[in-house]
Amino acid sequence: MNKPEPGKLLRPQRKLRDGVHVAKVTLAHGGGGKAMRDLIDDVFVSAFDNPVLAPLEDQARISLADLALHGDRLAFTSDSFVVDPLEFPGGDIGKLAICGTVNDLAVGGAKPLYLSCSAIIEEGVEVDLLRKLARSMAEAAAAAGVAIVTGDTKVVGHGSCDKLFINTAGVGVIRAGIDLGAHRAEPGDAILVNGLLGDHGAAILAARGDLRLETRIESDCAPLNGLIDALLDACPEVKFIRDATRGGLATVLNEIAEASGVGVEIDENALPLRAEVAGFCEILGLDPLYLANEGKIVVVAPAAVAEKARAALTAHPLGRESAIIGLVTDGPAGRASMRTKFGGKRVVDMLVGEQLPRIC
Amino acid sequence: MKYVDEFRDPERAAVLIAAIGDLARSLDRARERPLHIMEVCGGHTHTIFRYGIANMLPAEIELVHGPGCPVCVLPMGRVDDCVAIAEAPGVIFATFGDAMRVPGSRKSLLQAKAEGADVRMVYSPLDALALAHENPQREVVFFGLGFETTMPSTAFTVLQAEAEGVRNFSLFCNHITIVPTMKAILDSPDLELDGFLGPGHVSMVTGTRPYEFIARDYYRPLVVAGFEPLDILHSLWLVLKQIVEGRCEIENQYGRVAPRDGNSAAQDAIGKVFELREFFEWRGLGSIDHSGVRMREAYAAYDAERKFAIPALHVADPKSCQCGEVLKGAIKPWQCKLFGAGCAPETPLGALMVSSEGACAAYYQYGDLEGLRAKRAANAA
Amino acid sequence: MCLGIPGRIVAITDASRKLATVDVAGVKREINVACIIGDRAVEDCVGDWVLVHVGFAMSLINEEQAIETLRILTELGEAQQEIAAMRASGRM
Repeated sequence: MNKPEPGKLLRPQRKLRDGVHVAKVTLAHGGGGKAMRDLIDDVFVSAFDNPVLAPLEDQARISLADLALHGDRLAFTSDSFVVDPLEFPGGDIGKLAICGTVNDLAVGGAKPLYLSCSAIIEEGVEVDLLRKLARSMAEAAAAAGVAIVTGDTKVVGHGSCDKLFINTAGVGVIRAGIDLGAHRAEPGDAILVNGLLGDHGAAILAARGDLRLETRIESDCAPLNGLIDALLDACPEVKFIRDATRGGLATVLNEIAEASGVGVEIDENALPLRAEVAGFCEILGLDPLYLANEGKIVVVAPAAVAEKARAALTAHPLGRESAIIGLVTDGPAGRASMRTKFGGKRVVDMLVGEQLPRIC
Repeated sequence: MKYVDEFRDPERAAVLIAAIGDLARSLDRARERPLHIMEVCGGHTHTIFRYGIANMLPAEIELVHGPGCPVCVLPMGRVDDCVAIAEAPGVIFATFGDAMRVPGSRKSLLQAKAEGADVRMVYSPLDALALAHENPQREVVFFGLGFETTMPSTAFTVLQAEAEGVRNFSLFCNHITIVPTMKAILDSPDLELDGFLGPGHVSMVTGTRPYEFIARDYYRPLVVAGFEPLDILHSLWLVLKQIVEGRCEIENQYGRVAPRDGNSAAQDAIGKVFELREFFEWRGLGSIDHSGVRMREAYAAYDAERKFAIPALHVADPKSCQCGEVLKGAIKPWQCKLFGAGCAPETPLGALMVSSEGACAAYYQYGDLEGLRAKRAANAA
Repeated sequence: MCLGIPGRIVAITDASRKLATVDVAGVKREINVACIIGDRAVEDCVGDWVLVHVGFAMSLINEEQAIETLRILTELGEAQQEIAAMRASGRM
């Protein structure tokens, strides 16, 4: 079978409208009329430019034969992005919205292919900022090798949302023979991460500015599908991959322990941590195990291939600081714990709520 | 990190653990019941759990987690006052992060924020003063809490506000002082404490003299301890050495930070802005004489207690709550009937479940919960 | 209680208000240094190692004392080794 060109079945591209000529978004841009078309064309369609999106029908039309070339199961995910501030060192809400959904597909062993983009915009937001964020989405999508093929735009009144919320859904195709799951960890398996922990959480907290701390820490926000491809190519025996986003490493470790009914023990000495992030945590009394990441995965692999998995991760630019950080134990079931640098051992529980700076 | 990494050295830790074990086993009385050493300060409790220190110690030593967590001991009535101020029109209520989750009788500051109050998390009282500069039409109130360690920072901030003629800044003063509370614990009839790790950062301000009565009048050794894990072990070793040698003294393990006389500039600022209250209420411990400070008349313009109509109602602790007994070392957190049964970090009833530095929350978060529940069941049977 | 962390003063930001920049492992923050300048000019505290609590330098860290504490611990380790050696050789 010849591989069909994406978009070949689709009608020719509609001519784009000539754009928005005001500085700020108003409710008119959400009214369904010409102003809305202007905004969508100017900001999103021009940035995302691809043949599947171009006809601007109410849905993207994707050839099933096309999808089937990549594997035997469809993966489908959705995520919403409400980060404050919209721009931060190392990324912005646009890049984050692409990477987050790409990574949610990739950690399931899927090749991410098509994404949607729904934007909820608060009136008064600068159109230039939206253009910039849409370009950032387009760049991130290009880097990840995915196309943004459908979307939606809503404008809401002051105070109804915080400047800009983005939802992205994504579809990908899971390669045949791969079955990753949190329930598959067994005693003896190795636990790996692909690099320095906590950068995103620290960068965002610092960027909000309330704590008036100056750092050079940048978000680790990155699409991980290339890294995960390289890992699965080298080590198809890998049992589980998850991105350690909100709730950090500690949350993923607890998820593994719970789903597999095993214990998980990590070694504090093995944890890759930037000195500046460690310092940031010391000042605020935070625990880096709970800081969010946007470019880090936790991997469970059989002990026999642990070193091979580490080598495969390390060979990729997004895995230079990869490390084997611990192992799966036979219990107590559902419990994650850590050997501390100091020689003690402590339980690593899930957080009750958001981690708040501990000051007094 | 200088002055941090050296004091987290596992090799020196192993030496101290062995030395502590030798001392503890040489004591006959430690064979009858474990020695109870109280770390007064919540920061110490945090270090102990963070580094897994309790599990490294020999069975002859049991650590009792003291009342030195200002977030934990804040009574519900004061939280209600905070909420009332935060909900007043035009107010920006600035607070340290860890105070936001403390439950009041109706809600916490976090809930008040969710309902629309302008509650801001800050790192320093100076940031609250900066908010007052940045928002001249708003009233900025800083929630001052903490022991002597934190008092100078709020005192200096009030002095700075006065010097700059800032009129829209005030302090809701909930500062407390640790010594009267230690005395109250020492006076309790069911006391089972053999020695103390003294609060290192309070001592950095006050010096070590305020504890001398503990050795003199109560015959208990106290070692002022730093906050790194080696500091804790070293201080424990020093306490044990005193017990073994039959001494009762106030020693200072944290000389690198806490000088014997404390910090005179900080003491002056405290003396200028604050005066002792007749009494202050502590969650779990009740009212304790002279255990808190308020702002002096001269700074009334910066005193949120005078500037705002606050309810100032007393709210009783839940009836079956046994925080007081835990704080005195009479029972362990898991022996309390409410522990994990109604009282949990998501829904704290007692003081010690409130902050991650509270003994019960620390047990809950880091401890072996199933093991503890089994222990409690076995004890009850 | 009372979270404090050592840091090094790297610059003065406002001498009249006794404000300086402290560096903790590369993270920088403006702090008040009123408690640690003593009789010195504000500028003289650049380079000082201080204990930072809620935006204030609360104590000048005494390096000699820090070294002394570590020396005591090293000695204790040596003593423990000797005891262990004596035990092993049956003399205790």
